Amino acid sequence: MEKDIKAFQRVYTKLFQLTKATVSLHATGIGNEELAIVDGRLAQVVKIMEDIVTLQVFAGTEGIATDAEVIFTGKAPTLKVGEGLAGRFFNAYGEPIDGGEIMGEELEIGGPSVNPVRRKQPSEFIATGIAGIDLNNALVTGQKIPFFADPDQPYNQVMAMVALRAQADKIILGGVGLTNDDYLYFKSVFDDAGALDRIVGFINTTENPPVERLLVPDMALSAAEYYAAEKGEKVLVLLTDLTLYADALSIVSNRMDQIPSKDSMPGSLYSDLARLYEKAVQFPDGGSITIIAVTTLSSGDITHAIPDNTGYITEGQLFLRKDSDIGKVIVDPFRSLSRLKQLVIGKKTREDHPQVMNAAVRLYADAANAKTKLENGFDLTDYDERTLDFAKAYSEKLLAIDVNIEVDTMLETAYELFAKHFTPVEVGLKKEFVEKYWKEN
Amino acid sequence: MSTIGKVTGIIANLVIVEADERVAQNEICFIKHEGTRLMAEVIKIIGRKVYVQVFESTRGLKVGSEVEFAGHMLEVSLGPGLLSKNFDGLQNDLDKMTGIFLKRGEYTEALDKDKEYEFEPIAKKGDTVKAGDWLGEVKENWIAHKIMVPFIFKGDYTVKNVTGKGTYKINEKIAVLTDAEGKEHNVTMVQKWPVKVPIKAYTEKPRPFKVLETGVRVFDTLNPIAEGGTGFIPGPFGSGKTVLQHALSKQAEADLVVIAACGERANEVVEIFTEFPELDDPRTGRKLMERTTIIANTSNMPVAAREASVYTAMTIAEYYRCMGLKVLLLADSTSRWAQALREMSNRMEELPGPDGFPMDLPAIISNFYSRAGFVFLNNGETGSITFIGTVSPAGGNLKEPVTESTKKAARCFYALSQQRADSKRYPAIDPIESYSKYLEYPEIVEYLNKNNGENWTSNVLYVKDVLLRSKESYEQINILGDDGVPLDYHITYWKGEVVDFVISQQDAFDKIDCRSSFERQRYMLEKVVNVLKYEFKFDSFEEVNPYFKKVINQFKQMNYSEYESDEFKKNEKELETIIQERKVA
Ligand SMILES: Nc1ncnc2c1ncn2[C@@H]1O[C@H](COP(=O)(O)OP(=O)(O)O)[C@@H](O)[C@H]1O
Ligand SMILES: [Mg+2]
Repeated sequence: MEKDIKAFQRVYTKLFQLTKATVSLHATGIGNEELAIVDGRLAQVVKIMEDIVTLQVFAGTEGIATDAEVIFTGKAPTLKVGEGLAGRFFNAYGEPIDGGEIMGEELEIGGPSVNPVRRKQPSEFIATGIAGIDLNNALVTGQKIPFFADPDQPYNQVMAMVALRAQADKIILGGVGLTNDDYLYFKSVFDDAGALDRIVGFINTTENPPVERLLVPDMALSAAEYYAAEKGEKVLVLLTDLTLYADALSIVSNRMDQIPSKDSMPGSLYSDLARLYEKAVQFPDGGSITIIAVTTLSSGDITHAIPDNTGYITEGQLFLRKDSDIGKVIVDPFRSLSRLKQLVIGKKTREDHPQVMNAAVRLYADAANAKTKLENGFDLTDYDERTLDFAKAYSEKLLAIDVNIEVDTMLETAYELFAKHFTPVEVGLKKEFVEKYWKEN
Repeated sequence: MSTIGKVTGIIANLVIVEADERVAQNEICFIKHEGTRLMAEVIKIIGRKVYVQVFESTRGLKVGSEVEFAGHMLEVSLGPGLLSKNFDGLQNDLDKMTGIFLKRGEYTEALDKDKEYEFEPIAKKGDTVKAGDWLGEVKENWIAHKIMVPFIFKGDYTVKNVTGKGTYKINEKIAVLTDAEGKEHNVTMVQKWPVKVPIKAYTEKPRPFKVLETGVRVFDTLNPIAEGGTGFIPGPFGSGKTVLQHALSKQAEADLVVIAACGERANEVVEIFTEFPELDDPRTGRKLMERTTIIANTSNMPVAAREASVYTAMTIAEYYRCMGLKVLLLADSTSRWAQALREMSNRMEELPGPDGFPMDLPAIISNFYSRAGFVFLNNGETGSITFIGTVSPAGGNLKEPVTESTKKAARCFYALSQQRADSKRYPAIDPIESYSKYLEYPEIVEYLNKNNGENWTSNVLYVKDVLLRSKESYEQINILGDDGVPLDYHITYWKGEVVDFVISQQDAFDKIDCRSSFERQRYMLEKVVNVLKYEFKFDSFEEVNPYFKKVINQFKQMNYSEYESDEFKKNEKELETIIQERKVA
């Protein structure tokens, strides 16, 4: 039943096998990962055995009949990129959802990796004003880092704030299972900031079929590669929420009868996520892709396969939690980490930055111990009491996400708190820094 | 004539090929696709159906594509010029590849065939030689790179001639050997070897009896690794596996270092690319890059090549070991390799073992670790491969197949603890859980006491005991409260903290503290043990904490200053003053 419409488009109308996610038919000359339209829905070749081709239908196979029309497009998924991309919003297939066509070259998504020897070591500090990030977990262009947060944390708000302060040439928003409200929220904050012309959005909302989500990060990252590699721009990619991406992966692998590994996730989860995150890069000519993502947790459990694999891939994580002592959301200094911070702190920022950072976190840890003592009904020493006072002030003045100050001010603030609660020996900074920066109140 | 086949099935990077003629397990083949050739390896043969794993993306590949079998297994080229190179898992020279992005189907020569080397003969006409024997040598950076009788040569050969001193390219003939039947064989400076087969051109592999100095105190002082020994570093993400391996690669007393970056972050490899050409090798004063070979198969590079990458690295290490060199081999992370095996095994619908890993995972891991070791070469010289791999256990839980299999294969266990990492006690190696089996080897103990003074081992055991008792005291204090325990408990606890802060902890990012020579470690260990043995006087437990913090702080100032410098001595003096404050005479 084969007829040619275009030179490379072939149409079939006989499906002999249908599952929840896939359809199979007899066809020849088909390429692996090629796109097809099945009954009007986008699908991709996932398996070829002799002349049997199995297609994964992104929107699901509900209602598809055995005589449905299958049109092979002869190509892998692509995105049209060009000048007109900026300021626009697209669906998971790269089609504008705000009207009008895009003119430009077609870029294959999920393309090849950068040769590691062609990468440059990231070295440009991204100032966000948030001390929980800049002081303790400094970000660097070309880095990939997720927020780890329970679903009730304001991660999208914090991410939007970081994006606007980051001084990126382009911000690419990949909405993976975004609620419609959050989508509109992003749109309006970017609009209010007059930044819409620097934004490109690829949006899959909770109203769209979950499997479609799988295309969003690749779309967003292809657009990012276009700006960073071809135009030499500094690009910030926001991916929220990649937990929903992983969930979609597990739906697919489940429907395809693959053996699940931990937490019903596919055994390839690590490679699947790494393929996305590793698109973060600093190019030698100044272009860069920085990825800030969101991984929602279930009750703070970071041992679940999704955050666990993510943590093994990303260059740290920013852990948001509510501090009940001050009633605000903070960037948790214990569970957060920026692995690239040492490339900039004390180098692009003041020399004593690493020591001040470590000293403050250590004292905060002492406070946590004191708290445990208190909870177990033991008496506190004078030192314990002072660490508790310090911790509260530290949380309020530096860890809270509503802090917006320069790094030097963060360091000054830290010294003020040190001097107010401790002696230099208790803080344990290098002698030269104490002499230079310690200020008795 | 090489065997030809045709693609009949494609599932991700598993491709099924139909071939009529001879095909071997693990044979390499090339799939023709749109003007390129995609490299693949045979992993299973059933009748005419050959299952191959493709080392590249199979996007766009079609049924019917032609496949050419290469007639050999995955092999690497061994010869001068491997040092300072950045290879991918299949030994392609990443620097020779064009463009910013890796193009699939682009393969390069591993070695530079036009580079000239200064050759000096070692063997003489009439010598009887066998595989691995040295025929001559060339200078590669500062290393005397031996040109050996190819490892595939079986039995004895007679040297017909070895070329004289002069400059040669790697593919030029440098010797002619005659076999038992009188047949002549030309030898060049390059040979090929299949990576999955161990190179066994040595006479004996004794139990390791020397210690490899690493400059990292938790290794050298507390749990030393033997030269030719094996160790592994399991730990959850962010606990410091990579930082630790990088520290080892920079500081260890090895002649050369082979690093397999297996399925981890590209930026971590870039860090090596950026820093190593600038950093000095503490032994030779030359650049670190000159003694380093990197095999980079990062997490976004083809998954199937992860397995190849660790074998490629091991084979290169074995090659240099045969030259009588001390090689350090590092792999980060061996779990990614195991995961690649799992992905493929699942795709082939094999019966899965625990957590979906292949049933033979323990055997694969232990075979790999067994390729390390200290050896006596045919000529009585010695060489070694010390191998340290990292393991990334899912959820940080050490009860998982890769960790458990590795624990059986490796002799040193460096367990990174999440809790220590969270409280920034780096390197976050748990001083109590971790062990070095080598400390139980009498020959190692003898070696240590001979080199570091006869008190060494007893001091080491002493501080380990202090750590253990400190932990017990800490637990008691936590249960009973500060004033619910005798004052001594506080002192015992804090003495352990002294060991922890001064010996276990080490700042990898401080240019002085990052590397501690054995000499320095001996001095500091002695010093710490002395302090631990003193009796101190306190009136209440509240005095204990601030006092020991002061002691620790002063010790740390010593760690941060250049050994035996004026600053070091000044800090030491201040420490003495602090000690005298409370020491009971
Ligand atoms: N020895 C050390 N000294 C100081 N910081 C360290 C040390 N080891 C690890 N770190 C910190 O921990 C972070 C994570 O370490 P890394 O080795 O990348 O972890 P892993 O490989 O186990 O995921 C580093 O980026 C660094 O900030
Ligand atoms: Mg690591």
